[in-house]
Amino acid sequence: MNALSSPGALADQAGAPTGTETDGDIDTMPALELCALSKRYTLGGGLFKRGRALQAVSEVSLAIPRGQVMGLVGESGCGKSTLAKMLLGLVTPSAGEVRVDGRPLGDAGQKALARHIQPIFQDPYSSLNPRKRVAAIVELPLRVHGIGTPRERARRVAETLDLVGLPQRAATQFPGQLSGGQRQRVAIARALIMRPDIVICDEPTSALDVSVQAQILNLLLDLKQEFGLTYLFISHDLAVVEHLVDRVAVMYLGRIVEEGSREQIFAAPRHPYTQALLASALTPEPGLGVPDIGLGDVMPDPSNPPSGCAFHPRCPKAQARCRETRPALMAETTGVSRAACHFASA
Amino acid sequence: MTVSTSTPTRASRAPAAGGRARALSEVPLPPPAWSRVTRKVFGHRGLAIGLVCVGLAVLIALFAPLLAPHDPYFQDISNRMVPPVWHDKGSWEHVLGTDKLGRDYLSRLIYGTRISLVIGLVAALISGVIGTTLGVLAGYFGGRVDAFISYIITTRLAMPVVLVALALASLTGGSLTTVIVLLGLLLWDRFAVVSRSVTQQLRDAEYVYAARTLGCSLPYILLREVLPNIAGALIVVITLEMAHAILLEATLSFLGMGVQPPLPSWGLMVAEGKAYMFFQPWVIAIPGVALFVLVLAINLLGDGLRDLNAPGGRN
Repeated sequence: MNALSSPGALADQAGAPTGTETDGDIDTMPALELCALSKRYTLGGGLFKRGRALQAVSEVSLAIPRGQVMGLVGESGCGKSTLAKMLLGLVTPSAGEVRVDGRPLGDAGQKALARHIQPIFQDPYSSLNPRKRVAAIVELPLRVHGIGTPRERARRVAETLDLVGLPQRAATQFPGQLSGGQRQRVAIARALIMRPDIVICDEPTSALDVSVQAQILNLLLDLKQEFGLTYLFISHDLAVVEHLVDRVAVMYLGRIVEEGSREQIFAAPRHPYTQALLASALTPEPGLGVPDIGLGDVMPDPSNPPSGCAFHPRCPKAQARCRETRPALMAETTGVSRAACHFASA
Repeated sequence: MTVSTSTPTRASRAPAAGGRARALSEVPLPPPAWSRVTRKVFGHRGLAIGLVCVGLAVLIALFAPLLAPHDPYFQDISNRMVPPVWHDKGSWEHVLGTDKLGRDYLSRLIYGTRISLVIGLVAALISGVIGTTLGVLAGYFGGRVDAFISYIITTRLAMPVVLVALALASLTGGSLTTVIVLLGLLLWDRFAVVSRSVTQQLRDAEYVYAARTLGCSLPYILLREVLPNIAGALIVVITLEMAHAILLEATLSFLGMGVQPPLPSWGLMVAEGKAYMFFQPWVIAIPGVALFVLVLAINLLGDGLRDLNAPGGRN
């Protein structure tokens, strides 16, 4: 029970401070910090032959302030999900580290990690075991971590189901008897029953009906308010991102190419890729058709990325310099947004 | 069929008892889950036949001492090769006649059901445990583990089962236990192949990720998250391997390397009768038909279960 009441404590770390830090400390300390996180995969290697390397995520550094929502956008295959899996401990980073409240999570163990970071997955049809009842699914985190007696756990399950707007009778049902939106509520309940600090939402609404999407997004916002949660919100739906997030990071081929506040990114994007992404967003206005953003539709092969700036083959502004040197992710003069483009200030 | 109407179900009990006739004429309520299952089972003819035959065989095996008219081991040399009752010289004393030692054929057939079922069940269970363990590990871990286990599976598939079983049985000397263990150690390939491919699909299911994220132990993930979801496919394999094991036992016993006399194995009965097959064909026809019916029934059961388990069959 102690671990529940002090979410800042890393259970396995000796001498870790408990949740008694002052407000000033918490304000300056990002809840989640990614330091030059990289993941390299080996493709097609057999028992006796060497495979090719694939750099899925390269030197991603991000800081998410406590209580904020960081949106992570980018097209399919850009490394968003690999990044999420590294944060969840499903994939070991090749380099770099993840810090929660300023403390590295490197060897804290999966259970300690689970108390701080919980996932909400994309597909509520695949994220719930079809052979288990909802109560067992939602209770699992408490049971695995040995929290509470069976009666206390049952009470917490009932509370949490209530919290996410599910009727109590859902507890005895199987996931197959619930709708997509209800299933996603079960997934949210499972993520929140441990009272984590950080929730990784990997496209939590993309598998849902449009009418249900808004309900789930509003639920996520309400829960954030109530528990002071920090979200990393992965999505390729820019409308959803604009509705929900405080800050946006744009990923391309495993790297962050631009990062800034929601207003900056949506009003004045500096990186040509961000500009193209925003231009590609569909409007509900009829007759306009699918916008042509002039990028072509071919994403470069991640196992053989272009030289210099990885975006140069598709970039309308590309020049000789872009083929040779990779632009660093640099802050502009005001220092609140970063972009990785040689011409970002132009 | 009549099953769903004769048994009172939850839906038909809910309205007042007097309203039964009216309720039938009106729009039918959606049937409750259990009667849906029975309808599905009995709507599938193969499954129904298989289920009835296998159920009958199990009952016969369980109640063999009550059903058998004679002691299956009692030899009555003065009553050798009595033909079955439908024959001119047959009598109701020995319904299926007697064998070359004067033992009652029906009693031996009834006790033989026990041997066939025990061998089928136990061998399928042993091979199921071996094969499923290997297959789930290979499918879940992939990579080197998968390469290694796949190699073992391929090696096993390259061995002719009958030949290897014969050789090993002749080394150890045939007995009921030997046959069960041998077949259990040989017939796991299909379990491994099936559970490997099904687990590969489940490995990336998000509920497995969720369990891993929580820090669930590996045994928990494999036994509680993965295994229940591959059980449907495995039940089908169990039935197929049971039939396979029963046939192989008969083969081994026929060749003299399996169950040893005087145990009443069906394969052994065929072997003992083969010298008489031209003039008393029923001596091999009767155990042969029993074997055929049991194996066919188990296969029908397996096919039916596979159909029920197919996508759309559940949820």
